[in-house]
Amino acid sequence: MKTESKLQQILDSGQFAVTAEIGPPKHSSAEGIRHHAEMMKDYVDATNITDNQTAIVRLSSIAAGVHVQSCGIEPIVQMTCRDRNRIAMQSDLLGAYSLGMRNVLCLSGDHQKFGNHPTAKNVYDIDSMQLIYYLRRMRDEKLFFSGEEIKEHEPRFFIGAVANPFADPFEFRVARLEKKVEAGAQFIQTQCIFDMERFERFMEMVRERGIDQRVHILAGVTPMKSWRAAKYIQNNVSGMIVPDELVERLKNAEDPKREGVEICIEQIKYIKENIKGVHGVHIMAIAWEEVVPEIVERSGLYPRPKI
Amino acid sequence: MIIAQQKPVKDIAAMISECKKVLLVGCAGCVTVCLSGGEKETEVLASSLRIMRKMEDKPLETVTYTATRQCDPEYVAMIDNYTKDVDAIISLACGVGVQYLAERFTDKWVVPALDTKFIGGSTVHGNWEEKCGLCGECILHRTGGICPIIRCSKSILNGPCGGSQYGKCEVSKDVDCAWQLIYDRMKALGKLDKLMEFHPPKDWSKSRDGGPRKAIREDVMID
Amino acid sequence: MQYAPSVRIIEMPCSGTIDHRVLLQTFEDGADGVFVAGCMEGDCHFLKGNFRAKKRVRQVKAILDEIGFGGDRLDFFNLSAAQGQRFAEIVKTMTDRVMELGPNPLKLKNAKKEGGAA
Repeated sequence: MKTESKLQQILDSGQFAVTAEIGPPKHSSAEGIRHHAEMMKDYVDATNITDNQTAIVRLSSIAAGVHVQSCGIEPIVQMTCRDRNRIAMQSDLLGAYSLGMRNVLCLSGDHQKFGNHPTAKNVYDIDSMQLIYYLRRMRDEKLFFSGEEIKEHEPRFFIGAVANPFADPFEFRVARLEKKVEAGAQFIQTQCIFDMERFERFMEMVRERGIDQRVHILAGVTPMKSWRAAKYIQNNVSGMIVPDELVERLKNAEDPKREGVEICIEQIKYIKENIKGVHGVHIMAIAWEEVVPEIVERSGLYPRPKI
Repeated sequence: MIIAQQKPVKDIAAMISECKKVLLVGCAGCVTVCLSGGEKETEVLASSLRIMRKMEDKPLETVTYTATRQCDPEYVAMIDNYTKDVDAIISLACGVGVQYLAERFTDKWVVPALDTKFIGGSTVHGNWEEKCGLCGECILHRTGGICPIIRCSKSILNGPCGGSQYGKCEVSKDVDCAWQLIYDRMKALGKLDKLMEFHPPKDWSKSRDGGPRKAIREDVMID
Repeated sequence: MQYAPSVRIIEMPCSGTIDHRVLLQTFEDGADGVFVAGCMEGDCHFLKGNFRAKKRVRQVKAILDEIGFGGDRLDFFNLSAAQGQRFAEIVKTMTDRVMELGPNPLKLKNAKKEGGAA
């Protein structure tokens, strides 16, 4: 289903897409977001705006999306199921569309236990699968989640979802991805890939089921600043796999930050050249947005197509 | 059964700090089985409160009684005679019992001694776990007999989420991922295809979100 | 074998029959200190009575600490009937401890009350 999304145009035209991530701040100034957006403007096709990631209160993803958009980048508004019930979700989605947002990424959201409000009540009125399903129905069948008709101006989002090849049960991950595609997901961004071998196995299963023909998969990559950061993720973040070799390589590097960038570039090149079925890359430079232009340029993904 | 745990004695003592004589009412139902509000726990609490108050030079007189159940009016009525001259009633029942006592003894200060935790069962003596979310519309036939509403920390119906790893939930390594358990069981039963079915959102109006619920069976009503 | 005359022995069929209430009652009745002598580990006629007693004592100590009475006045020891000397030692240990802690605070309150009334 066609939408006004530029990201969709790029992906549907068969070009290798580049998206990045901008994390809104823990305050009410958009200066930083705008700075990052302007910096990335010519280097990415769209940027994700995270939705209170790791359950830490931040400037809203939709508001940040408006700032990013006014700087000339197409935003991908992330929406988790943790903080809103179906009424608030639809209201925010209508609002987001009215403000020019054309891409939504649906996800469960990190548990509030990890954030700065661990005593909060989580919502999970609907889950990410249901959000995808109803968002598609909103657009294609002009129906609210309840089934009531949307008389006019239904929001027509390009619908994204996430997949985590590093979570368990591994065999079911591809099946669940397929379930999301069936529900209505049009593009998929994966969790950060550090274990390339596992990602290749995942993609092999994706191709076996022909899922890559029905959805655009963007491989998630993250440049690491230090071996400690890598070690931390390895030991403490559920659903991520960081191989020991990667930690060692960063440990032995003279300039670990440089090395982190090099590793990321190598990964992108490898994915682009060797892994069939991947239609783009999603760069999550967590609290390190400045490095995105260099990564894009040196990965041979610059300049970006003009739409 | 309902699993409850006793509040800190100091917190209970603070609720009755102005009282000279209190009635402690245990319950012989769920809270006796989960060892938090039965006859024994009622007496231990009474003794603890007496010692504490005596140390403060404000002796407390206690009366203890254990009701067959605090969630049935006929058993609550049997407490009547014990309440006459007490300044407060401490209920060692779940939240239902506390409210039944408060409803019957309208002129008494009724306070809870327990925190009502969850609906569950015991794995071994002294270890209880939550199993049912009281959502009002059971879906266990769709999830292999494992409840994602209460055992998945995000109550996801089309799980598992991306935080499931090595069989554990992202919330804690001590918590099993309910969806891993569901997957394993469905696989063992040869019903993995069931997990590919889209599970629609729950109708939460059948849960607490529809306001306090009632269950009515006219065929068993006496009058 | 000699031991302090301050001790009163209460015989129970098994340390495992001692319940939280009994222990709390001794203090309400004025005991300055209490110790439970259970059989040696592995020697319980009922297999686990002494282990259970130990856990219960630990729990009552926690209650006594929580309510400000002090769990130090209560303890558990493993002891066999043949260890008279060891028994005397434990009595001394507990007596010394209680001497240091002073009399049961509840008794003090009673005494003060009576004094006040007189």
